[in-house]
Amino acid sequence: MKQAEFLNVVMPFKDKLYRLAKRLLVSREEAEDATQEILLKLWSKNESMAEYKNVEAFAMTMTKNFCLDRLKSKQASNLKLVHSNYSDENTSLQGQLEAEDSVRWMERIMEELPEQQKMVLQLRDVEQYEFEEICELLDMKPTAVRVALSRARKIVRQELVKKHSYGIG
Amino acid sequence: MELDNIEKLLEKYFEATTTVVEEKTLQAYFSQESVPTHLEQYKSMFNYFSNAKEERYTKQVPLKPRKNYYKWISVAAVAVLTCGIYFGNEIKEKREAEYAYQETKKAFELLAENFGKGTEKVAYLQEFEVAKQKIYNNN
Repeated sequence: MKQAEFLNVVMPFKDKLYRLAKRLLVSREEAEDATQEILLKLWSKNESMAEYKNVEAFAMTMTKNFCLDRLKSKQASNLKLVHSNYSDENTSLQGQLEAEDSVRWMERIMEELPEQQKMVLQLRDVEQYEFEEICELLDMKPTAVRVALSRARKIVRQELVKKHSYGIG
Repeated sequence: MELDNIEKLLEKYFEATTTVVEEKTLQAYFSQESVPTHLEQYKSMFNYFSNAKEERYTKQVPLKPRKNYYKWISVAAVAVLTCGIYFGNEIKEKREAEYAYQETKKAFELLAENFGKGTEKVAYLQEFEVAKQKIYNNN
């Protein structure tokens, strides 16, 4: 496979890889490194790439595995994850503060979720994958995906309700 | 979209039985400016998800395989090393030769100096000869 061809295949989903990596690793730099690593790995496999039915799914699975490995080694070496700042394009100051606040809240809630729920929520609610695709990506049974997704959504709701009723950050 | 319908969809959403299309409807609904107060809490959730989808990987896609790079680096390192050993030896030999030359020179100088001293002493012999001649002439 030529370089241009490879880019054509990879371009549509490279952002998805990055977002999944960022969801799991939290830090922007870490996620960028991970994405770069995955793209390099894919490129080194470019000869056999035609054999894969679904390069995107393959790449997503690679990203998932890579990030989970990273997290495991990180826990072992006791490194702390870094938060990255989030920029939002809202005009009014009040609105901006509120929006930023709620975004930060959502981010924190998402971080608290277990890895599997994080991934399911990311793949479904952000990337809007179909259930079958998620099953394939995460190597899970459809019912398990459904349960994890429902649980994750309910946790997010519960945390948001908590925040709404107390108004604390 | 009627409120009824949205509430039903939300219920289904939290049981994870909505389809992607239905979830898109929900996201679209919550992206509007004002929603009823009892649904306000879900707004940040859906807005967060649609915002999160906007994030982009901005770095260049790296395509230069690094294997090659390492290979050539090692080749260069080996070349530099062999050159270093070769020329290093040559310089060392040169230095040794220089040193030997200096030492020999020193030895010869010492010899020459001592020879000079010898001739000085021999000059006294001349004196002896002169005295002898004087004595002969007097007799």
